[in-house]
Amino acid sequence: MAIKGYKSHPYIPNSVLEVQKEMLKEIGLNSLEELHAEIPDEIKLKEGINLPKPFQSEYELKRHVEGILSKNKTCKENLNFLGAGCFQHYVPALCDEINSRGEFLTAYGGEPYNDFGRFQALFEYQSLVAELVDMDVVNVPTMDGAQAAATAVRMAARITQRDEVLVPKAMDYEKFLIMKNYCAPDLTLIQVAYNKENGQLDLEDLRKKVSEKTAAIFFENPSFLGFIEENGQEISNIAHDAGALSVVGVDPSSLGVLAPPSQYGADIISGDLQPLGIHMNYGGGQSGFIATRDEEKFVMEFPSRLFGIAPTCVEGEYGFGDVAYDRTSFGHHRHEGKEYVGTQTALWGITAGVYLATMGPKGMYELGKTIMQKSQYAVKRLSEIKGVKGSLFTGVNFKEFVVDFNETGKRVKEINRLLIEKGIFGGKDLSKDFPELGESALYCVTEVHTKEDIDKLVVAIQECVKA
Amino acid sequence: MKRVNRNYKVRNFHQAKWDEPIIFELSKRGERGVLVPQAEDEIVDLVGDGVSKIPASMVRKEAPKLPEISQPRVLRHYMRLSQMTLGADVNIEIGQGTCTVKYSPKVNEQLARMPEMTELHPLQHESTVQGILEIMYKTDLYMREISGMDRFTFQPSGGSQAIMTMASVVRAYHKANREADKRDEIITTIYSHPSDAAAPALMGYKIIYIHPDKDGYPDFEAFKAAVSEKTAAFIVANPEDTGVYNKRIKEFTDLVHEKGGLCCYDQANANGLLGVTRAKEAGFDMCFFNLHKTFSTPHGCGGPATGAMGVIKELEKFLPAPLIDFDGENYFLNYEIANSPYAVGKVRLFNGVAPVVLKAYAWIMSLGAQGLYEVAKVAVLNNNYLFKKLMAIDCVDAPYTRGKQRVEQVRYTLEKLTKDTGIKTEDIQRRMMDFGMHYWTSHHPYYVPEPATLEPTETPSKEDIDEYIATLEHIFKEAYENPEIIKTAPHNSVCHRVDESGMDDPKQWAITWRSYLKKSTT
Repeated sequence: MAIKGYKSHPYIPNSVLEVQKEMLKEIGLNSLEELHAEIPDEIKLKEGINLPKPFQSEYELKRHVEGILSKNKTCKENLNFLGAGCFQHYVPALCDEINSRGEFLTAYGGEPYNDFGRFQALFEYQSLVAELVDMDVVNVPTMDGAQAAATAVRMAARITQRDEVLVPKAMDYEKFLIMKNYCAPDLTLIQVAYNKENGQLDLEDLRKKVSEKTAAIFFENPSFLGFIEENGQEISNIAHDAGALSVVGVDPSSLGVLAPPSQYGADIISGDLQPLGIHMNYGGGQSGFIATRDEEKFVMEFPSRLFGIAPTCVEGEYGFGDVAYDRTSFGHHRHEGKEYVGTQTALWGITAGVYLATMGPKGMYELGKTIMQKSQYAVKRLSEIKGVKGSLFTGVNFKEFVVDFNETGKRVKEINRLLIEKGIFGGKDLSKDFPELGESALYCVTEVHTKEDIDKLVVAIQECVKA
Repeated sequence: MKRVNRNYKVRNFHQAKWDEPIIFELSKRGERGVLVPQAEDEIVDLVGDGVSKIPASMVRKEAPKLPEISQPRVLRHYMRLSQMTLGADVNIEIGQGTCTVKYSPKVNEQLARMPEMTELHPLQHESTVQGILEIMYKTDLYMREISGMDRFTFQPSGGSQAIMTMASVVRAYHKANREADKRDEIITTIYSHPSDAAAPALMGYKIIYIHPDKDGYPDFEAFKAAVSEKTAAFIVANPEDTGVYNKRIKEFTDLVHEKGGLCCYDQANANGLLGVTRAKEAGFDMCFFNLHKTFSTPHGCGGPATGAMGVIKELEKFLPAPLIDFDGENYFLNYEIANSPYAVGKVRLFNGVAPVVLKAYAWIMSLGAQGLYEVAKVAVLNNNYLFKKLMAIDCVDAPYTRGKQRVEQVRYTLEKLTKDTGIKTEDIQRRMMDFGMHYWTSHHPYYVPEPATLEPTETPSKEDIDEYIATLEHIFKEAYENPEIIKTAPHNSVCHRVDESGMDDPKQWAITWRSYLKKSTT
């Protein structure tokens, strides 16, 4: 049968009837209907499925989808101050250029003999992130930063043979839920309080909760609420003294100016690559990484693929391949492999590699510096508004900060609604996940924000709180 | 000028080989690839350099040893690497069985790269993202039609994460029924994807494998013996990786239901079934589709992807939040299920990979119901054509259900070739590359000896399939006449045979350049 309304479909070369007839003859059939003879009649659909009529031309399809997408209001036409795990950074043109190359875009599971470039690009991605975090081993990316954190603590539990993980109370609640689901039923996550003054992890509470059951202390730097955690080394020491591992979640965009966690005792580092040259994509740009030292006990606990460089049979030639493949569920042991592996976010890994190669050490330093300057400027300016505290906490922030609206008598929800009318996306409302902070919002300022943008925000908030 | 003769069957191919250094080898002190926005003078006047505020314990003392490279050189490097990658856009991609690597229309890619898609923050107010919510909502409706399920989530970002999510829903369901303690077993089959075992094992389940009977169907007698009050769920692909469709699937799902378990359908192999049969009619409670496979979004070297996961009404309350709903005027994110004490909560940050959903939406809208049916029919036609032609070659065989049709792929065996010539399936893989062809062996372990799993999909033309077959035939002939050329292959590729002897050795493996520098000698 021909497709109704088409003579042949442009995506399906063999929808040409003459060709179909010829091929059917080869296999001894008369019509396409005779295919699927192995499917029992009882479960075959008697009537077709009910879908909208398809578009008759590429132009009509494009126009239709563009029409729907035009209902979106973007962070390009509006001023966006949302962060909370997905960040608006500048994406260098090179990242888009390489990310859209058909060869990378449409490759999948080839060998180094046909996908050599994919292997090299991902090996280089691993190597570039390794320099950023100062560790010797980095994996091919996971689904997102939450998945990376969940796997990192599971790795720690396997290494220590323990089943409790301490996590900060001041973390993204959604990330906490993801980790909780991923770690159940084997591991218990125990939340550690944060210091109400400066937002840092509460060391007293941490000492109380750490025990011989603790597999890992997981903390984030910068924290979810934007603070630079000052006591990294002390937290790592507490973990190590208890025989646990120190696992740190990090924002890679901070590492041009902030010390990498490996330099304050982290055994495993996790994070999300999205800030490194990947568009926000409505949350579709997330991509997780995990890094460790090059020790067998760590490497063997990665569930992910690890691409390694290797010699070939020709001297002077590099080849690539999977390191310790049988660790993974793709290996010979299936369910006895570590966790599971499948399609994750390799293209974002290649893109993050392009970003780091493009930025170089100087670019990463300048990125960190400009973010710190602009976000400090925003905190200062916002604090000038009556009733608003630019930063609720006293600690030093990177990129994000909690703006306190409690004394304005206005709800964050209301302020954000008014801001939208002015073309501004205000910070994430924290009142649901952090009720103890009252009416506060998590704002994010990056290198993309100009002084004019921040000043516009300040004026707009001033008007909103007065309204 | 004499015209070029195009009568040859096997392509004269040589891959681009650039002898491209590792990116660190390109570093030249002082070069840089991009300029970064700086803070304006007024900002600097007010806050200074910003970085002096960093607590001493947290200052980066030495810059990361990233390479320093100018923009044209970075571009040239990655363009060369892309040329040394044989994506589906430049290859007759029949060789990657189980992965449904089909044509991904360029218009969909263009749409997904519009700022109206890429420049959206996931926490924007619903009123500002009505377009993408509409697309996700409608794609959910279409997925319901295609599968017979009642509700979809796009949160899982790949098939394996969808399997993990299905196992999480199974756990939540039995917990709600207070049966979680006694139901600790999940049944799957050896020819289902490795993650069908690995992901539920991670979720704490004991895995029971069903082996095939002599015809290649999951052994029903063994299955009957395995299903019990301990069964939490049955997770299976159908057709399995062999391409054999289990005709008795309804009896399998009925039996599991009788004993109180759930049935989860791994529909990674759905491409040959679109519009022909569905998860619902086969008795499944859950299923997932790989949007990067069946619904034609590009595979991206291994993601980003989406495992669109659907459930029957009864299981909706266990899905990870939020779901996307429509109140007649506005699309909105529904967090109501998050309030259920048994809900899975979340499996991925935010709401999945929206551009992948958008591309799947555009693909469905360019085909409609009839088009999807045609996709399935042509994919199965192509597969059975390939099957028939390959089975006519003396050294090729495929176990099970002789003389019958397969669905979208077939797992072949080259056992005879290996016995006759010593050439193994891995050798064929390397030699195929000399002709610009990709060929995948199969998942491990090799239950089928010397396997190859080939899946043509609806994308290749008859001529493409004929070329693929002719190339294989050419290589098989070589195996008997000149096996050395295969053993030493590839010859026309970027690199020669990789020495994998150090890959399992901690002293030799090098997962990053810095590690390589430490372990290598000059």
